[in-house]
Amino acid sequence: MVTVEFLGPIGKEPLKLDISNLNQLSDILKQDESLTSWLQNSAVAINDMLVQDKNIELKDGDKISLLPPVCGG
Amino acid sequence: MTELQLFDGSLPVEDITNGWYKEFKNSNYGAIITFVGVVRDENEIDGLSFDIYEPILNSWFDAWQEKAKAKGAIVLMAHSKGDVLNHTSSYISAVCSPQRRVGLELIDEFVEDFKASAPIWKYDIIDGKREYALKRSTAINGAGLLS
Repeated sequence: MVTVEFLGPIGKEPLKLDISNLNQLSDILKQDESLTSWLQNSAVAINDMLVQDKNIELKDGDKISLLPPVCGG
Repeated sequence: MTELQLFDGSLPVEDITNGWYKEFKNSNYGAIITFVGVVRDENEIDGLSFDIYEPILNSWFDAWQEKAKAKGAIVLMAHSKGDVLNHTSSYISAVCSPQRRVGLELIDEFVEDFKASAPIWKYDIIDGKREYALKRSTAINGAGLLS
């Protein structure tokens, strides 16, 4: 089981999912129309490390974060 | 940690910058360069509001500190969480470096990368409500992985 959290303005409650890679997460989140634009412009972190590969194997207890476009300062 | 400080609401600018000066003036840095960001009154906003994801902000900042140390310099930063009204400060960054040229170049790169990468989300405060500043925001490198 992994936890998926939606940071900043996405405003969606965390999910707990039984998945083993980000391809599966992508398939699940694409079914939620409210997330369509966020999926296009959000970066992804696993356990607080930004990743760029959907095939990374997920482990039980991993935390996945979606980070929408940023603007500090 | 003195080098990275987060505050609820507007920054106490004089306390922060004076504190950094006192802490580092005897460390033999020849240049201490400070950038203070002030919220402007524009587009009928009352101020700005910020969310921060601290775990990734900390690792982003630590990577910058390593980069600065390789040049004999250090970076410093303060940022607000929550609401910051017009004409007050939400962001300060600084570089302490042996000579001015390294410092001036470093602060430019540091502030630009902060804008593009630091996990902070900005909202306009209009009529007491927060509106996400999507058009002024930048997608983090690698965005769209799940689309």
